[in-house]
Amino acid sequence: MRTSPPDEAVDPPQPEASDDVPVLSAVDLRKHFPVRGLRSKAVVHAVDDVTIDLHRGRVVALVGESGSGKSTIARLLAQLMPATGGQILLHGQDASAKGRRAFRGYVRRVQMIFQDPFGSLNPVHTVRYTLTRSLRIHRGALRGEALETALAELLARVQLTPPARYVDKFPHELSGGQRQRVAIARALAADPEVLLADEPISMLDVSIRLGILNLLRDLRDRLHIAILYITHDIASARYFADRTMVMYAGRVVEQGDSESVTQHPAHPYTQLLVASAPDPDDLDARARGARGEAPSLVHPPSGCRFHPRCPFAVDLCRAQVPPLLPVGEGRDAACWGYSQREDRPRLGSSDAAPEVTP
Amino acid sequence: MRFFVRRFVFYVITFWAAMTINFFIPRIMPGDPVSALIAANQGKISPDAIDALKALFGLDENTTLWQQYVAYWTHLFHFDLGISFSGREPVVDILARSLPWTIGLVGIATIISFTIGTLAGVAIGWRRGTRADVLLPISTFFSTVPYFWLALVVIAFFAVRLKWFPASGSYDRSMVPNLSWEFVGSVVYYGTLPALTIIVTSVSGWILGMRNMMVTVSSDDYVTVAQAKGLSERSVMFGYAARNAILPQLSSFALSLGFIVGGTLVMETVFSYQGIGYQLLKATSAKDYPLMQGCFLVITLAVLFANVIADLAYGVLDPRTRQEG
Amino acid sequence: MAAELISNENAPVAGEATAPSGGKRRFLWMRNTKALTGLGILAFFVVIAVIGPWIAPYDPDERSSDLLKPPSWEHWMGTTHLGQDVMSQVILGTRSVLLIAFVAGFLATFVGIVVGITAGYVGGFGDEGLSALSNVFLVIPQLPLIIIIAGMLPSAGGLTVAVVIAITGWAWGARVLRAQTLSLRKRDFVEAARANGEKTWRLILAEILPNLTAMIAAGFVGTVSFAVLSQITLSFIGITPTDTWNWGTVLYWAQAQLALQRGAWWWYMFPGLCIALVGISLTLINFGIDEFVNPRLRSTGLNARLLRRRGIRPRIGFTPVVHEAKEDRA
Repeated sequence: MRTSPPDEAVDPPQPEASDDVPVLSAVDLRKHFPVRGLRSKAVVHAVDDVTIDLHRGRVVALVGESGSGKSTIARLLAQLMPATGGQILLHGQDASAKGRRAFRGYVRRVQMIFQDPFGSLNPVHTVRYTLTRSLRIHRGALRGEALETALAELLARVQLTPPARYVDKFPHELSGGQRQRVAIARALAADPEVLLADEPISMLDVSIRLGILNLLRDLRDRLHIAILYITHDIASARYFADRTMVMYAGRVVEQGDSESVTQHPAHPYTQLLVASAPDPDDLDARARGARGEAPSLVHPPSGCRFHPRCPFAVDLCRAQVPPLLPVGEGRDAACWGYSQREDRPRLGSSDAAPEVTP
Repeated sequence: MRFFVRRFVFYVITFWAAMTINFFIPRIMPGDPVSALIAANQGKISPDAIDALKALFGLDENTTLWQQYVAYWTHLFHFDLGISFSGREPVVDILARSLPWTIGLVGIATIISFTIGTLAGVAIGWRRGTRADVLLPISTFFSTVPYFWLALVVIAFFAVRLKWFPASGSYDRSMVPNLSWEFVGSVVYYGTLPALTIIVTSVSGWILGMRNMMVTVSSDDYVTVAQAKGLSERSVMFGYAARNAILPQLSSFALSLGFIVGGTLVMETVFSYQGIGYQLLKATSAKDYPLMQGCFLVITLAVLFANVIADLAYGVLDPRTRQEG
Repeated sequence: MAAELISNENAPVAGEATAPSGGKRRFLWMRNTKALTGLGILAFFVVIAVIGPWIAPYDPDERSSDLLKPPSWEHWMGTTHLGQDVMSQVILGTRSVLLIAFVAGFLATFVGIVVGITAGYVGGFGDEGLSALSNVFLVIPQLPLIIIIAGMLPSAGGLTVAVVIAITGWAWGARVLRAQTLSLRKRDFVEAARANGEKTWRLILAEILPNLTAMIAAGFVGTVSFAVLSQITLSFIGITPTDTWNWGTVLYWAQAQLALQRGAWWWYMFPGLCIALVGISLTLINFGIDEFVNPRLRSTGLNARLLRRRGIRPRIGFTPVVHEAKEDRA
């Protein structure tokens, strides 16, 4: 399905002012990792049938637990690893980068921010070196005055001012929030259209998180960058993202605009996520609902992958994988409960008796 | 299980590689060893021996390299390692005589050294900054001193000056090897100095390694938890910290076996101890190629075997190796 | 073993009041007394090696009538059984010892770097093949192999010995570097640099290699140490030709002439002392590098002394579990 010739930089058409054409989209993305072993053909089903659209100046949040496949998606979209199936489209055109030049052309438009702010900066290089490398790769060789100005401008954009205070520091001399800002600055040097943020605030102190989120929001508003915001914290998705997608065991189980997904979750798993925040007024609510742990991705459960933990699961759920079914305006959920079939489960509140089909 | 299989395969490959190196070395050396040998022995070699030599070195024009290789392996599996020039007897016999001496002395000395070193390392690593730390530079000094020099000094002092121990030999020459207490006592008596020198020079490596590992491990959280649970210091030190710190120690033990063998060679030279190393060196100066190759073979096999044992021990002790995938 | 000693550099150094910034950090290792002492001793020997022929009082081969004399004003280190001056032999021997050792060290380290980093970075079958190769060379006992090769060569001169030592000794460094490269490669900053569009050769040289300098240095020093001992052992055993002087040759003659039994302690004491000093200096340098790289070891000595002064005995980790504090520090 890859059609673009190798070793040519992908030359996207001029982005239109309208936001209808997604800047970056993944269609039916799939990633299976082979399990190491002498004679095993087993694979880890990390990502299956995931479709994401990122539009200019809009934030899409990808929410899920550890092992749900969200970080893998980020790396697939950054083309750091080849996908097992599916397509990646940049402005509607196939953007799979086979050669080095194609990869570099792609990378100029799609940048990534990593989870661990300390890990993502080389401890032996100063901020100056890291940013200069990024500038050199994406904007050509700058020297002297031009370089200093560019560095200062980058640091100003991520609110690390005065730049002179930060430029010659090593990563271990900066705080977590400052390091993450440097990482964002590095990504911005490429002047990207898409920013893939893989849990950018998970490893920061709580008091710093808001600052970083506000910075990202500011980038979205001023520079109209499309942002994919990956997180396990659904509350921050509501704060920051326009659309939210919920992943479980490698599949998308719900998607829609953030407000309604977080306030009125449709899929049982999303309901579990939202209800997980302890509510001091209703501690009993936690006792009800789904049990168990995330499933093995080598041998995922048949049918709907959530069925072992779902209080409403019926035979249909165990047998067939539910597609994304519409549940409202622009909202979908992958649950048989929203289909019109006769044998569908009856979804109720979490304290309904499980596995009862009338 | 997979762990053991992989290690086994690895050792088979290493054995094959070592034997192949053994096979090729005389063949890629410049010069014609046969003529050199004949000249050195001034015509005392019989025509049969000359033919055997030619076959050994592949100078026999009637066979191809592959045929020689096959013949080499066939001989190997029949335990036929050729005839020694200097000793005029089958190489296998010479080796069989010498091997027990080396293994006995080196094995015992190494085990003692490892045990003492590891225990000392545990103690020093656990109590950092105390007076025991002074042991470190002392033992380091002993490890950097070349082994044979220390041996010479020890001989000069204990054997020549004080006359407490004999300066050379593996047992009293007047005795014939047998299993009597007298003989065993003589072996121990003659073996004390060599063993002592081995222990003193090698112990510091173990102390240092174990101490460093203890330092690293003891700042891990599970050790603090164990202490917080109220366990006695000794049980935390041994049951938690040392148990984990010893794993890399075992790996470095396995890796150092090659070095230990090297040290044995020197020791046997200085003390005229009749082990494999002594034979190898005698063979080298006499240019006795079959014996040289035989010694190399046996030494390599011994090191490989010791590695296997060390790996087995590691596999048993470290539960992570039993995980699948 | 060294791979386990290098702890995760993410851990901020505990116990250091202020982290010096920028360039000053690079020279922290210079403040390490152990490393400095080691370097000083080594420098001394290097100087001797260079100016040796000019300062040696006698020609080492020159015989005299002072047979087997203990140290005196004319012969600071005594004489041999042929009346040769031991000190001249030792001085001239320095050059060959150090030269061969450093050459062997460079060769072995270079091969180790190439093989180790390639194996670690490439992964897959390339890695398996290179690892198998280095493991084979690691397990095969080195000294016997050196002896066999050197014994079968018609003449084993200086550089040949260096090459042979390098051939048998590169595998250790390769293995350690491979392990480090493997773990570094998974670190986010390599992925991040890759995601930023860095070229592969820059990833290896500019991102991974700078993080490995300490290990490479330690490996180099270790190999030099091994090379010194190996070639002296070879000379002592008599495998390398005895016409060039090095410390092992001096000892060879001492052993052959039964210096021990004759009580001529000066003959073997001085060369041995030199060997020990060089060995110690290299080990000290390595200690210094070790402590610099592993932040936990670095603070061990410092902190322990400070704590002891306040009456607290450090036991576990860095948080001193205060058993018996002499003063109440509430």
